[in-house]
Amino acid sequence: MAEFRLPKNSRISKGKKFEAPKGAKNVKTFRIYRWEPESGENPRVDSFAIDLDKCGPMVLDAVIKIKNEIDPTLTFRRSCREGICGSCAFNIDGKNTLACTTRITDIDGDVRIYPLPHMPVVKDLVPDLTHFYAQLESIEPWIKTDTPAPTRERLQTPEDRAKLDGLYECILCACCSTSCPSYWWNPERYLGPAVLLQAYRWIVDSRDEATGDRLDDLEDPFKLYRCHTIMNCTNTCPKGLNPAKAIQETKKLLLERRG
Amino acid sequence: MSSIRSSLASARGLGSAKTGVSHWWFQRVSAVALVPLTLWFVACLASQLGADYSSVTDWLSSPLQASLLAIYLAAIFFHSQLGLQTIIEDYVHHEGAKMALLIGLQLLNILLAVAAIFSVIMILVGAA
Repeated sequence: MAEFRLPKNSRISKGKKFEAPKGAKNVKTFRIYRWEPESGENPRVDSFAIDLDKCGPMVLDAVIKIKNEIDPTLTFRRSCREGICGSCAFNIDGKNTLACTTRITDIDGDVRIYPLPHMPVVKDLVPDLTHFYAQLESIEPWIKTDTPAPTRERLQTPEDRAKLDGLYECILCACCSTSCPSYWWNPERYLGPAVLLQAYRWIVDSRDEATGDRLDDLEDPFKLYRCHTIMNCTNTCPKGLNPAKAIQETKKLLLERRG
Repeated sequence: MSSIRSSLASARGLGSAKTGVSHWWFQRVSAVALVPLTLWFVACLASQLGADYSSVTDWLSSPLQASLLAIYLAAIFFHSQLGLQTIIEDYVHHEGAKMALLIGLQLLNILLAVAAIFSVIMILVGAA
């Protein structure tokens, strides 16, 4: 049965409070989810008051500042700090997005930061994405051809290339899949918006020769049809992509081939 | 994932059922069909507002009106079957409970649809 309440050991308790340095004028409070697997304690939310005059403009700048200057045990993923690696995806102010492309001043009141929803937590803001990556692997996101490889590039018309726009930009940050209620309830079997967008990216690629096999693999009440067009995915995508449309186009192709 | 099975094996699971298109498509077709049918039904109800029993049975004695009502009832219970099935599949994860609920749901919808359409036929032939 779908769980509508957090299990006992996941309920959030009150955390530590770190005051702003004396003389700070431009203070913003960051309330961050903390959980240590070794401690045996419930998760808690720590609150860190930061002097924004001594901090970079983005939420990731503040999180790094907290780790560097206040609490080095704060654990999170980050790499490129420019919205292309997809590592620093958190639930910020109630919305899944990238910390490195979210301005602190765009958030009213305290900045609440949680790990991506409904995933097993490894520690603090780090979710376990093993199953998410395995699902990506299961749709075989690489070109498949039977025609022998040409001696030069595989050609594609500009129109066919344009079909990949809005798909190839996906950075697999998992913001969309972890915002999807259908993915929350059935993550074992539903592929989720991110993986379905990747599947569609190969289905519409004019150079790929396995379109029918790819559609076969998606034609399933759970893998694909758990999508109920809720559209949280499109709403939350930090890259402005539209996974809901990619899923809808896949459903249309499945209908088309049925005749 | 606390399993010694590889993560790819769990992600692939039992593979694709190679079905689902019809369910999805008929859910949409029945939804679209219900729009004009509901408007027609509401208009008919409005025209019979405050009318006595014989006036309503007179209205349903027309084969066209009776057929439309029968189609409307069939579409309602068909759409209800498809939609409630989706909800059960979404939320009920225990295979046994899911199967029992799906069978119960199907029986209920068939019973209601048959009973409703029989009522229309009985009025049409003047048995009620």
